[in-house]
Amino acid sequence: MKRKSASITNKINSTIYPGLTILAILLLWECLSIFEIVPGYMLPSPQETVMAFVHDFPLLMSHLKVTLIETLVGTLTGISIGFLVACLMDRWDGAYKAMYPLIVLTQTIPAVAIAPLLVLWFGYQMMPKVILIVLITFFPIVIGVLDGFRSADQDAINLMRSMGASRWQIFRHIKFPDALPNFFSGLRITVAYAVVGAVLAEWLGGFAGLGVYMTRVKKSFAYDKMFAVIFLISIISLLLIWLVNVLQKRCMPWERVETETGDRRENL
Amino acid sequence: MTHKLETKNITMKFGDEVIIQDISIAVDQGELVSLLGVSGSGKTTLFNCISGIYHPVSGSVILDGKDITGTTGHVSYMLQKDLLLPYKTIEDNVALPLVIRGMPKKQARLKAGELFEEFGLAGTEKKYPKQLSGGMRQRAALLRTYLFSDNVALLDEPFSALDTITKGKIHNWYLDVMEKIKLTTVFITHDINEAILLSDRVYIMTGKPGQIQKEIRIKRPRGERHEFDLTNEFMEYKREIMHLLEENRS
Repeated sequence: MKRKSASITNKINSTIYPGLTILAILLLWECLSIFEIVPGYMLPSPQETVMAFVHDFPLLMSHLKVTLIETLVGTLTGISIGFLVACLMDRWDGAYKAMYPLIVLTQTIPAVAIAPLLVLWFGYQMMPKVILIVLITFFPIVIGVLDGFRSADQDAINLMRSMGASRWQIFRHIKFPDALPNFFSGLRITVAYAVVGAVLAEWLGGFAGLGVYMTRVKKSFAYDKMFAVIFLISIISLLLIWLVNVLQKRCMPWERVETETGDRRENL
Repeated sequence: MTHKLETKNITMKFGDEVIIQDISIAVDQGELVSLLGVSGSGKTTLFNCISGIYHPVSGSVILDGKDITGTTGHVSYMLQKDLLLPYKTIEDNVALPLVIRGMPKKQARLKAGELFEEFGLAGTEKKYPKQLSGGMRQRAALLRTYLFSDNVALLDEPFSALDTITKGKIHNWYLDVMEKIKLTTVFITHDINEAILLSDRVYIMTGKPGQIQKEIRIKRPRGERHEFDLTNEFMEYKREIMHLLEENRS
């Protein structure tokens, strides 16, 4: 009982502290605008930002839809390719040796640098955005999953082998589940990057999307609308990260069970 | 009468180094036999030869009268580490050898489930390994070993990672279960008490290279081993074994 109530207080504390901090910052920001310490046309107050958000809501949503679709298609493609490549690299040592340096090398090229090139090559449609997201998401997934495969318990694999398990059975029963935690940590980083990647690619050219909207409001010096978009982008990133967490809990039920602490533990 | 399992003059070398030399042991159906020796006397190497992971330089392994030297899949194996997969429930862990052999998952669970009671694991079917104590995990590991093969089991220091109290309990449990399932086992240990308590016969192994020094038969029937380790009879065995190990130290 004691432990349970302690965990609830803990939970409340971990919401109250950051909540208060955010509230304090908002208050400070509001004061900066009200007393015109920073001129209103440069820094819109939180209130104005919310108003702009509400006013532009339907427009924002239509742009958001485009950005989200790009993010989703890009991320899913990136994950699939990343997973496949990781499997290939794990299965054949030659593939590992051949591809590993190349994969690291691709990460030294900044996304900002190739994005304009992609727009030049693939035009203003969805293609360059999706490709950029694939390039961004691919790396954390490959490295994460590969490390997961490689860290699988060799003794457990030997035991499976002594039971006559095939390569596929070893993959299915040991390597794949062992790689799941790494896969999800990779995915968490990836989804946040993916949204940013999509917006970045849209800046450089496109017909719709939050990035396109951003460049438009920037040109008209509508700072309140810009803040509203920034606000929306971070909310979307947070939501996606939360979604990954939910998915992880679903896929890995064994992580949630009570560990061997006291009463729940089966004693010999 | 033919033995269940027999090794005939097994010698194993790695490079020029002789690890075990001329080892002959025999185990009968349903018998519990221990290999007792200090670390580095080649006990595990002998196991790897029996299970077929290594092919001995000379000698042969005979199971049920057939030569199985250097082939795997005939005998089951259990280690000090329980090696239960953390993402599978106990019943799925235990049923894994059946699933690997191609049995449908549901059927494998049913078949494994029948033995939970007998192994003192009732109620743990849906739990995950991390919810169980070390002793319970070793029980589950032994059940998995048994489901892989009820022929001969090789147990490589299965209880050495457990604390003394848990160990005492699991020894009683082990004798109990073995009485019921009549599994033929070869048990590696460096714990003299464990060897005397759990065996029909003890092979004393000394190194290097690893050789069988002596074979000791523990006369007290397995069914009457309760508090056996507190008796003079037990102490006599222990003294004899300790002298043997001491003599061969240098």
